[in-house]
Amino acid sequence: MAKINEIDTEFFADERSSSFTVIGTPAQRSDALGHVTGKTEFFEDRAFPDLAHVKIHRSVHHHARIDSVDCSEALKVPGVLRVITHHDVPANWYLVLRLIGVEPHDEPVLAEDRVLYVGEPIVAVVADTEAAAIEGASRVKVSYTELPAVLDVEEALSPDAPVIKKDGTNYFVYEGHHARRIRFGDVEEGFAQADHVFEWRYSSAPIEHAPTETTGCIVVPQSGNRLLIHSNTQAAFFTLDNTALILDRPFTDLQVKGGTVGGGFGGKVDVIVEPLACIAATLTNRPVKFVYSREEEMQVSSPRAAERIYIKDGVMADGRIVARKVMLYVDSGAYSRHTPYGTTKAAAHLPGPYTIPNVHADCHCVYTNRTPSSAMRGFGVTIADFAIESQMDRIARALDIDPLELRLRNAYRDGDMKAHRKVASGTALIEVIQRAAALVGHDLPPEYLAMSSSTPREA
Amino acid sequence: MTVKIVNLKLNGVDKAFMARPETTLLLGLREQLGMMGAKRGCAQGACGSCTVLLDGSPVVSCLVPAVTVDGSTVGTVEGLSDGQVLSDVQQAFLDGFATQCGFCTPGMIMSAEALLERNPDPTTEEVQEAISGNVCRCTGYEPIITAILDAAARRRGTTAATTPETDEGPPPTTAYESSEGMRADV
Ligand code: FES
Ligand code: FES
Repeated sequence: MAKINEIDTEFFADERSSSFTVIGTPAQRSDALGHVTGKTEFFEDRAFPDLAHVKIHRSVHHHARIDSVDCSEALKVPGVLRVITHHDVPANWYLVLRLIGVEPHDEPVLAEDRVLYVGEPIVAVVADTEAAAIEGASRVKVSYTELPAVLDVEEALSPDAPVIKKDGTNYFVYEGHHARRIRFGDVEEGFAQADHVFEWRYSSAPIEHAPTETTGCIVVPQSGNRLLIHSNTQAAFFTLDNTALILDRPFTDLQVKGGTVGGGFGGKVDVIVEPLACIAATLTNRPVKFVYSREEEMQVSSPRAAERIYIKDGVMADGRIVARKVMLYVDSGAYSRHTPYGTTKAAAHLPGPYTIPNVHADCHCVYTNRTPSSAMRGFGVTIADFAIESQMDRIARALDIDPLELRLRNAYRDGDMKAHRKVASGTALIEVIQRAAALVGHDLPPEYLAMSSSTPREA
Repeated sequence: MTVKIVNLKLNGVDKAFMARPETTLLLGLREQLGMMGAKRGCAQGACGSCTVLLDGSPVVSCLVPAVTVDGSTVGTVEGLSDGQVLSDVQQAFLDGFATQCGFCTPGMIMSAEALLERNPDPTTEEVQEAISGNVCRCTGYEPIITAILDAAARRRGTTAATTPETDEGPPPTTAYESSEGMRADV
């Protein structure tokens, strides 16, 4: 039988209004009985006798101009019903984040005159069977003129890099700036007064979510021109709104049935399969399935962004960090997806849960000719944390200070002014470290045990 | 293309469906017979989501041509319970929080059923081996292994999971035992 760890209610008892009567007790998941009996209905678990299938012809180049597209051979494959090109997509250019006012619309549903990454969709083929759709997609002929590709975030920002984006810069523009910036105090002054200056570089590779169920949907035409979308999206309404905008149809034309996701981890937040399946269903007036193969899921579904982070710290001999400068580069790949937002989250997370009087950060959302990156579990924050905490350990080692003591010395406390000019409140880093130290038998000196998040730091 | 009729005993009931040479057992079950328990995670034998029992042995049904199973016995997750009483493996998965998204669960359960049929008292290692072809991206496997050991104990008539006899690492049950205070490993 599953058992649950007790909730530690010792800390901040006077600040808490919840009784924690649910947290800390076993509760059966409402969907588990369906899972163990096979009754849970995933999007694909419905059969339609006249189901048609969509498969995609994709770019084989990192960066190329499309000179011509020839679908005639594809249309000759028995069972192929239609090909869909960008001409069939009512509002081909989109950006999923437009729902929260982010611009520009930088991605085409289907490529027009250019491809920006290997695997970029160019033509969709609709067919009676999956096999015919695969065969049809393989027979589409595209002629390209290859263009120089940019595959590294720092190279993409160098003045002689080819500009790969139609909007004119290889980076997302944040309110007129080349990066999401933090300016707090004066880092150069901080470095000048510091006993030590440390600078290290951190980098991460893209990470694929690899959900056990691949991304997909089935769209079923309804009476009155409506479309019913069975989807495994993690974001039903987000998908509905973006799909309607791409189709240039009223929101009320669409109904999304979702909520059952065979693993998502952020990978099923982009709106990729639904618009094309809707167009295919409309053009053929048949139920249409568009589901990624395992290969597509691994190759073209957006991963967690790769990041490169430089952190330069000015540190006093006693371990107090007096200045932190961060240069952070997030590889958005060819298109924005959720990465401009992820980069803002990275900026919001700096300089970590520490009070540092001088902070300077430039967080770049950079476009390269790689697979577009997007959301994944704590995106923006996770890799920044890896860098910040690795940096803390390295400083501790360099100064021969206990790594927990270094963190306690710099930990933010209630009332501190953060680099974003918000006053810290509800902080608990000190207590968490104290408790963690006790649990692993790591002795802390009395002055560190006496620290508290709610006691203002001594100047 | 030649279409053949495939006869099989599915979960104890005689069934027939039409299959082309390229129809897999997985697609036959799902699209012809409407049995949606077995899942398609990869269609290339790599994930185990489509595991069913073919004449008692676990197979990845996405790689089995349907025409080759004519006359066979096939077991799927739908056949394990009448909807009222769950099999021991199902109940142990339910009680042990061994599911998250649930997509791997039917295949995982069928692999476990096959294991316990041939080995009623498996070690942790033997459980790991038995589900080594089943990918779960959500749980991290520990609760699944614990649940299968628990199911084995239930089937043997003992009520709780025995501490698995293995000298490899800590027994997985410990991560789910309540303890005084917090634990770092869950
Ligand atoms: S679907 Fe058969 S092994 Fe993955
Ligand atoms: S529970 Fe999601 S893949 Fe296993």
